[in-house]
Amino acid sequence: MLEASSTFPSNGSADAPRRTPYMGVGVVPGRVLAPVRQMTAAVQEPPFPGGSPAQGTLESQSQRIKDAAKAVQADLRSRAATASGEAKNILSATALMATDPMLVTSAIKLLSSPDGARTPERAVWEAGSGVAEMLSGLGGYMAERVSDILDVRARIVCELRGEPAPGIPYSEQPFILVAEDLAPADTATLDPRKVLALVTASGGPQSHTAILARALGLPAVVAAPGVQEIPDGQPVYVDGAVGIVNSSPGEEQQRAAESWAASASSLKAFSGSGRTADGFSVPLLANVGSAADAALAAVACAEGVGLLRTEFCFLNRDTEPTIADQVEAYGGVFEAFPGRKVVVRTLDAGADKPLPFLSNLDEPNPALGVRGYRAHAGFPGVLERQLQAIATAAASHTAEVWVMAPMISTAEEAAEFASLCLGLGLATPGVMVEVPSAALTASSVLGEVDFASIGTNDLTQYAMAADRQLGSLAALNDPWQPAVLQLVRLTVEGAAAAGAADGKPKSVGVCGEAAADPALAVVLVGLGITTLSMSARALGPVSAVLSSVTVAQARELAAVALRAPTAAAARSAVRSALPLLSELGL
Amino acid sequence: MSERIAIVASRSGLHARPAAIFTEAAQDTGVQVTVARTGDPREDAMDAASILSLMALGAAQGEELVLRAEGAGADQALDALVQVLETDHDAA
Repeated sequence: MLEASSTFPSNGSADAPRRTPYMGVGVVPGRVLAPVRQMTAAVQEPPFPGGSPAQGTLESQSQRIKDAAKAVQADLRSRAATASGEAKNILSATALMATDPMLVTSAIKLLSSPDGARTPERAVWEAGSGVAEMLSGLGGYMAERVSDILDVRARIVCELRGEPAPGIPYSEQPFILVAEDLAPADTATLDPRKVLALVTASGGPQSHTAILARALGLPAVVAAPGVQEIPDGQPVYVDGAVGIVNSSPGEEQQRAAESWAASASSLKAFSGSGRTADGFSVPLLANVGSAADAALAAVACAEGVGLLRTEFCFLNRDTEPTIADQVEAYGGVFEAFPGRKVVVRTLDAGADKPLPFLSNLDEPNPALGVRGYRAHAGFPGVLERQLQAIATAAASHTAEVWVMAPMISTAEEAAEFASLCLGLGLATPGVMVEVPSAALTASSVLGEVDFASIGTNDLTQYAMAADRQLGSLAALNDPWQPAVLQLVRLTVEGAAAAGAADGKPKSVGVCGEAAADPALAVVLVGLGITTLSMSARALGPVSAVLSSVTVAQARELAAVALRAPTAAAARSAVRSALPLLSELGL
Repeated sequence: MSERIAIVASRSGLHARPAAIFTEAAQDTGVQVTVARTGDPREDAMDAASILSLMALGAAQGEELVLRAEGAGADQALDALVQVLETDHDAA
């Protein structure tokens, strides 16, 4: 049998496979040519007993651990000094963990443990595991710090081995970051001044990498297998619109990158009025998650907020925020949009965003579990208090406040939510359409409320039964899938029927990332969607493409997309009818 | 041996940023300080310079803690740390 180590291909060997150009899924448009930096791979567990006999005396080994811990602390501190906000806090706290007596002392004890001497690397590894176990046993906020202690452990082990630290590499020159996938923790240390584009081998269009890239406006390609074989420093060309990564770029790519750089700044601008070529108004709204986001969205001329994610005032807390705290938090957002529409989504806890006071953490399948509106039955009071806070905040601002519940599956749920809202003085209740059942029964669901907003990310995940975090299912997790477009159509038709029965129109918006794809935005408008809500950075590109088509053309393109047998066929048929997209590099 | 009693003021308790601030302050004193809940046995007291120990202690807002130290500078160190504990570091 071969030794395990000989089965690993050596990095950058002459006969390594070259699958250039690499094909992936483009999630944020943009054309960039720059050198690659590979995310440093995860640290391998040091063997026990140590691979080679322990070097030096116990004392010198203890000293090596202490020195490595100090070096890691110094590195984290210097990075904290250049960071700001939450990243600075995380880095400072992590720096303190590096030399923590609990970690260092237990590592030193393990060097001469009665059940076998450990190498310093192994000792640090086991000590870190012990601390991680202790933290995860404490649950809640402490358990979330497990990833921090494992990061510190990996850094100390690398320091002892003389290897580069894991995570996002540091470089003076701006670069294209290539990784297997990014974790939420990596995003705290990603410097958008240094990282020009993101490329990942796995991760889907709804992965953390994709969400981060959209928030930062970084061109990005995900689910591009093979990209991790590109050597560090190799110049590559990334086209985030079509999902191509070319590791042997020529003059043509050079020119494309230059012209993108020149046109990108003009594309960023949005006039503040979304319209088709024939003047039909399609308000372009922003998705925001805090008052700071709202202020940025207002500067970007968003016509309102189509999705206020209220989790921001609940996350990282062990207990429910008070009504007064919530009033202040929501008021901060309303203040940024005087006289404009702000659609507030009530708390969407559960699945990937559990909260200790509102989630049952031992569900076997949390995406199909008690999340969103469903938590209301098991944790009564939380939703009422949130609605009360929204109503109070709305009363002291001029923003036109609408409220919607996430994860509504039936007309009964919609009716319950509407009566809660009306009872608390919130006059415009609505629902998110994320569950296929809500789309299929839209005429009954919309009969109970005033509007619907389609969350295409979850609607796609549930329609295709494909976990949105899984890169291997990226092709299924595509809002261009015919099934998803049909569900959008059915929602619009159901809303029209409900509106006719009630004698007042029911608006249907889209607030998923589908609205930020300029080509898909045109299709959505053609399907009868009345407002589009997206990351503030997408407003410019979406408005540019939307203003190039008439409503009749949008309807035609919607029909083309609906007729297409596959997601790929729908996308390419629509894109080829919109030549402006490739002109603009979108 | 000197002792002080202090009440945790930070809203999130002795977690995250408040714990980091307290640990750094404890390290800055250069004095060996322990921290425990009032009423807990003395030998269960934690090292105040260990952020992990503090997080394991998990003291919430309003809980009463006892700080202990001995030798030169003990009183001064304890006074400084009481002040850190009794400040709400979560207030923006």
